[in-house]
Amino acid sequence: MFHWLEKNPFFFAVGVFLVIAFAGLIEILPNFAEASRPVVGLKPYTVLELAGKEVYKKDNCIACHSQLIRPFKSETDRYGQYSLSGEYAYDRPFLWGSKRTGPDLHRVGNYRSTDWHENHMWDPKSVVPQSIMPAYKHMFTNLADIDTAYAEALTVKKVFNTPYDAPNGTKLGTLDEGRAGALEEAKAIAADMKNQEVKDAVAAGKIPEIVALIAYLNRLK
Amino acid sequence: MQSNAALEYDYTVAKLFTYTAILFGIIGMTVGTLIAAQLAFPELNYLIGEYGTFSRLRPLHTDVVIYGFMLSGIWATFYYVGQRVLKVSMAESKFLMFLGKFHFGLYFVGALAVVVSLLLGITQSKEYAEFEWPFDIVIVVIWVTWGLSIFGLIGIRREKSLYISLWYYIAAFLGVAMLYLFNNMAVPTYFASGGIGSILHSVSMYSGTNDALVQWWFGHNAVAFVFTVAIIAQIYYFLPKESGQAIYSYKLSLLSFWGLMFVYLWAGSHHLVWSTVPDWMQTMGTVFSVVLILPSWGSAINMLLTMKGEWNQLTENPLIKLMVLASTFYMLSTIEGPIQSIKSVNAIAHFTDWIPGHVHDGVLGWVGFMTMAALFHMAPRMFKKEIYSKKLIDIQFWVQTTGIVLYFTSMWIAGITQGMMWRAVDEYGNLMYSFIDTVAVLHPYYTIRAVAGLLYLVGFFIFAYNMVRTMTSAKKITEEPANRTPMAA
Repeated sequence: MFHWLEKNPFFFAVGVFLVIAFAGLIEILPNFAEASRPVVGLKPYTVLELAGKEVYKKDNCIACHSQLIRPFKSETDRYGQYSLSGEYAYDRPFLWGSKRTGPDLHRVGNYRSTDWHENHMWDPKSVVPQSIMPAYKHMFTNLADIDTAYAEALTVKKVFNTPYDAPNGTKLGTLDEGRAGALEEAKAIAADMKNQEVKDAVAAGKIPEIVALIAYLNRLK
Repeated sequence: MQSNAALEYDYTVAKLFTYTAILFGIIGMTVGTLIAAQLAFPELNYLIGEYGTFSRLRPLHTDVVIYGFMLSGIWATFYYVGQRVLKVSMAESKFLMFLGKFHFGLYFVGALAVVVSLLLGITQSKEYAEFEWPFDIVIVVIWVTWGLSIFGLIGIRREKSLYISLWYYIAAFLGVAMLYLFNNMAVPTYFASGGIGSILHSVSMYSGTNDALVQWWFGHNAVAFVFTVAIIAQIYYFLPKESGQAIYSYKLSLLSFWGLMFVYLWAGSHHLVWSTVPDWMQTMGTVFSVVLILPSWGSAINMLLTMKGEWNQLTENPLIKLMVLASTFYMLSTIEGPIQSIKSVNAIAHFTDWIPGHVHDGVLGWVGFMTMAALFHMAPRMFKKEIYSKKLIDIQFWVQTTGIVLYFTSMWIAGITQGMMWRAVDEYGNLMYSFIDTVAVLHPYYTIRAVAGLLYLVGFFIFAYNMVRTMTSAKKITEEPANRTPMAA
C-alpha cells in the first residue's frame, strides 16, 4: 500500500491530511459549545476596558505575564481563586500567556490599585526595587484607540451575540455614546492618578493608553 | 522513464532563499540575543524607545527566526532537493520558474511588512500567529504558491516514486496550511462595525478556553511541522548524500513518518495542562506526547544508523558532524518534551524558563545545525565553488555547541529553581518567597543565557561569512562533487 501511495501523490496527500486532521476533530470539537459559556454574572468588557486590552496586546504583556491561576494551593495562596473556564467567555483572544517572567495577572484587580499601576508603569523599580520589567512611559503620552475598541464591541455584539445593552449589563449604545461612556470612565480613573499631563489630556477629552490599560487591569478580578 | 542525459538543475530560487535564510538568521538571532540580555540587564530595554522593550521585541525574535530563517532554509532546500529527487529541472517549465520567483518575491515583501507591523505593535497577541488579518491573507497566498510549486514539480516528474524528503515537505505544507487557517479565523472589526476604527484590527472567532485550545493545537504543531517535519525532510536527503551511505531502514522511515503524522497533532494540549481545558484533553496531550517519543526517536535512530561503519567521517567532515549533532539534539529535545508534559512535572515546569530552554535545545541544536549543514552542502553545487574554509566550520561548530550547552543547562536550572520556589512553603504552610524573590534569584542564569545566545550568534556570523566568501571568492570547481562537499582547509 505504501509503495502505491508513494507513486500517487494525490492520494498520498489526502492520506496525510486525514491522518493529521483526525486529532483536531476528536480533541477540539466536542467541548466547543460548553467551554464558551460565561459564568453567572460575567459582564462584557466596557469600551475603555477593551481599549486597555488592546494596549495589553499591543505591548505584548503576555510575553511575561500569565492570566491563568492553576488549581494548586501555592497558586491560590499567591493569586486568589483558581481560574474558571467561564470567566474567559468574552476574551477574544485568550490572554493566558505561556511564561511568568512576571507574576500572574488574572486577579490583579483584587490587590493592586490605580495609583500602584501608575507608579509601576512609569518606573517599575519605584514600587518593586528588584523588578526587571521595563518602564512603559510611552503609554502616558500615546492615546488609546477608543473607536477601534468600540468597533470591536459592536462586532462581538453583532456576530457572536455578546450581551451588550442587556438589563444591568454593560452599555454600548451608539458610537458617540460609546465614546462618551469611555471618557466618563477615564475621568474616574484619572482622578486617582497624579500625572498632570494625563489629567490634562483626559480633561481635554483625550484618553492616554495608560488610563485604558489601568481600566482593564482593575477589571481583572 | 529515467533520462540518461545529466540534468542541469536550475537553482535561481534556491539561491534567493539561501540569501534570506542568512539575512533573517542574522536579524532574528541578534534580536534574540538582545532580549536575552534585557532579562539580565533591564537598562537595555530603552535602546529604541517604545519599540525596543522586551515585550515588543519578543515576537519579532520568534517570528523572524521561525518564519524568516527557518522557512527560508526550508524553501531553499525544497527548491534544491525537489528538482533532484524528482529528476526535473525548474528550467523545464516557465510556469514553475515564475511561480518560484513569485513565491520568493511575495515572501520577502511580506516578511518586511510583518517586521514593521510587529515593531508598531499591530498584533493579535497569539504566539507565533501575531499577524493581523491583511498579513494573514498575504501569508496564505505565499503558502498556496509553495503548494503549487510542490505539486507542479511533482506533476512533471521523471522519477515516479516520491522520495522520503518529499513526504515530509508535503506534510509540512498541508499541516501548516490547516493549522494556520483555523487558528487565524477572525472577523475584521472595521467591516463588521460599518467602517469604525482601525482597518487592521480583527477579533478572534474563538473565545477563552476554546481560543486557547485552537491556539495551542496550532502553536504546538506549527512548531511540529516547521521545526520538525520540514527539517526531517532535509536530513533524509542531505545526510545520505553527504556521507554516501544509503538510509539505514526504509521500514523505519515508514513507521516514523506515519507515526509522527498521526501522533503529533494530539500533543498540542500538553501546553494546557492544569488549565481550564477539560481534564481528558490534558491527559490525551500527555499520553500522546509520551507516545511521540517512538516516531521521533525512530527518525533520529534511522539517521544515526545510516552512519553505521562510517563513523570515521565524523572526524573528517564537519558537515557530518553538524548533522549528527543535529540528530542527537533532536533526540534530547524529543525526550525532554514528553517529560515536561507529564502532569506532575508540568506543574513545576510550566510558566518557567525550562520551557524556552527546551525549545532552544531543539531549535539551536537540531534546526539551526541541520539548516546550516544543508546550506553548506548546497553551496558548492549551486555556486560551483568549493567551501571557503573548513576550519571556520570547525570553529563555528564548537562555538555554537558551547553556546547551546550553556543555554539549556542555565535554563534548566533557572526553570526548576523558579518552579520550586513558587511552591515552597515554610513549616506553617505559608509561601516562603514573594514573587520578586524568584525573579532576583535568576539573574546569574539569565546572564549565562545571554552569553550563550551571543556565542551562538557569533557562530552564525562565522557561518554567514563563510557562505559569502564561498559565493564570492572561493576556488571554482568544474565537476559536481558526488558526495562529500569539497572545502578548502
